[in-house]
Amino acid sequence: MSQNGARFYQTGTFAVGGRLLEESERAVQSDPGRSNAITKGHRACQGCGEALGARYALDAALRATGGRLIAANATGCLEVFSTPYPESSWQLPWIHSLFANAPAVASGVAAALRAKGREDVRVVGQGGDGGTVDIGLACLSGMFERGDDVLYVCYDNQGYMNTGVQRSAATPPAARTATTEPLGEHPGNAFGQGKSAPLIAIAHEIPYVATATVADLRDLEAKVTRAMGFHGPRYLHVLVPCPLGWGSATAETILIARLAKESGLFPVFEAVHGRIASVARIRRQVPVSEYLRRQRRFAHLFAGEGRPDVVERLQALAERNIERFGLLSFDDEIDGSAVADPLAASATRGGEQHAEADIAPLDARAAGERGPS
Amino acid sequence: MRRQLEGSQAVAQTVARCRPEVVSAYPITPQTHIVEGISRLVRSGELTGCEFVNVESELAACSVAIGASAAGARTYTATASQGLLYMAEALFNASGLGLPIVMTVANRAIGAPINIWNDHSDAMALRDCGWIQLYAADNQEAIDLHVQAYRLAEQLSLPVMVCMDGFVLTHAFEPLEVPTQEQADAFLPAFEPRQLLDPDEPMTIGAMVGPEAFTEVRYLAHAKHMQALDTIVEVAEDFRERFGRGSGGLLEGHRSADAETVVVALGSVLGTVAEVVEELREQGVSIGALAIKSYRPFPAQELGIALRAAKRVVVLERALAVGVGGIVSADVRDALWRQPVDVHTVIAGLGGRAITRRSLRALFDRAADGQLGELEFLDLRREIVERELQPVADGERPGPHAERILRGLGAVRAEPV
Repeated sequence: MSQNGARFYQTGTFAVGGRLLEESERAVQSDPGRSNAITKGHRACQGCGEALGARYALDAALRATGGRLIAANATGCLEVFSTPYPESSWQLPWIHSLFANAPAVASGVAAALRAKGREDVRVVGQGGDGGTVDIGLACLSGMFERGDDVLYVCYDNQGYMNTGVQRSAATPPAARTATTEPLGEHPGNAFGQGKSAPLIAIAHEIPYVATATVADLRDLEAKVTRAMGFHGPRYLHVLVPCPLGWGSATAETILIARLAKESGLFPVFEAVHGRIASVARIRRQVPVSEYLRRQRRFAHLFAGEGRPDVVERLQALAERNIERFGLLSFDDEIDGSAVADPLAASATRGGEQHAEADIAPLDARAAGERGPS
Repeated sequence: MRRQLEGSQAVAQTVARCRPEVVSAYPITPQTHIVEGISRLVRSGELTGCEFVNVESELAACSVAIGASAAGARTYTATASQGLLYMAEALFNASGLGLPIVMTVANRAIGAPINIWNDHSDAMALRDCGWIQLYAADNQEAIDLHVQAYRLAEQLSLPVMVCMDGFVLTHAFEPLEVPTQEQADAFLPAFEPRQLLDPDEPMTIGAMVGPEAFTEVRYLAHAKHMQALDTIVEVAEDFRERFGRGSGGLLEGHRSADAETVVVALGSVLGTVAEVVEELREQGVSIGALAIKSYRPFPAQELGIALRAAKRVVVLERALAVGVGGIVSADVRDALWRQPVDVHTVIAGLGGRAITRRSLRALFDRAADGQLGELEFLDLRREIVERELQPVADGERPGPHAERILRGLGAVRAEPV
């Protein structure tokens, strides 16, 4: 789901030069007045997906709020590479407290702003997948449940990269990490039932949940902008490849993020008030092997005779996503539309097709949507 | 005007008079009445301009306070026991960031075995987390310390814990004088944060600091605590002038200046200690009591001066450092290292065991006679301990002591099949 009005398919990407578009359609990043939330001098690795994702997400949030934004950051790569003493790359008010508590710190900032009647200033919480889906999950769930006015962005690089690439609950099956080495009969991370933070967020029925990747930065910008149109808790889960942890070429971060989406392994969608509202269709489906082969964390699946059985299981995961989210349904426009709500499939409505929810920005406060304060 | 109030409710009313803007809390006995009271005051509209945040854990309670304080709000939370330990990481963070959060700790034991009653194990476990730790001897002092705590916290940009004995104080009804709104307002200037998350002046709070400056940052934290030793006295004196009653400060002596034997303690036990001291004084025993009101920062110099005439110091502790003995005693010995004085550690009142006048009387008699050991346990039930130790001495490997003791006492009926 590219947000561009114009599409240049012949380049093989959604890229389109800003000068070819109407000003209103141009990217936040193409604006010379962009805020550069995270600016030069940070120490992210070459090809870091998280640094890219964070800059786009926060610049879009800053534009949406007219620069009236405060960020609370969990411990992790993003925090470490952006604030080595005595420097800081952050151009907005920013606080780092602990690994597990970024959503609660963000809640505290939001509570202070409410108490002071500062309706002009908004709050973003952010962290990596470890800080979000593992150690920070309780604080995240509490923030959702209370209805605090916070956009929380998880930059998912599928592991604890800052501490040396250990497994997190977001690490995909079969992936090699420092704590799931490709040894023994079941190499790499175990096949489990998975832990989808976006679906957990949706289960909280918060106003807005979306996933995105750094392969489609216009989409990321648009989703952040849309998220800032809501009040109450919002959750954005951004896939950010990590060349260090994934063993991928630093020049292929965008490509790999795209393959994650085009293979069906990482579904890109939006949900409003607990219902899937739009899904980014797969444009040109690729087998998961095309995604896996480019990453050394999956090299053990292809060395020697390889493990076609494991690759097949991963392909089955992708197929399940494709079926569950309707990722290959070409009935509609690319930019989101009527899809079966995968969450409703098992519920009483039994897979009934329902219309795209209205995802125009809502003034939730006016609609009485905000949680009790 | 003095009114008959429960300690917790009086603290709730006092905190409300301090005009907190964000209160976050997670329920844990015996703290619950305090935050229930504040929640009611917010809901009823008696406390305006305050957000009461019901959180999912103590880690979140302290974290919400961290975020709110950094955003310029006067903040409050309360906890006890396991809850204090559950927020341990955030406590160090709040003090490291220099955020002036005020928190009540309704002191309670730490498990296992799980025990909800009063002792000082919780606050003692976190004594070095960088917060100022004040200990209230009674409920009036608990109230007064909260008002002083906000002054201290905001003046020093440091978080402050007000420790009050769980149940013994929190659930006790006494005639108490809660500061009026006018008094509180006059005593507490508006909060002017030293650091602020403000879009008009973007600032990074909580950056990483490596070996090049970490020692210096820690040194400065220590220097701030040393400065707090003066500020605590100034604030207590100002409080006395404005409110006409003494509360807080660093130390408080009770017939201790010329006493040969001085009992040092923290918290509500001082009331019982003072009564026994009076009894013994009437009989001509040279004994006194000294309350430590500020445990962090530790008033080492002041303690040395206060105990300069003492020949014998008995530190009565409501917590145990397993494998060592006393916690407060170690600090007291350190403070007195130049002075020719014997320091005895007495562990008392663990897990809510009552510290009675009778037991204290016997203890102080022995102390005055020079019969006290270096480490003693008040009212330890020897027969129970020996019943447990004997099998071990016989080479057996008994299971968990707690359950065996209860079975031995007939408290647990289930017998092994």
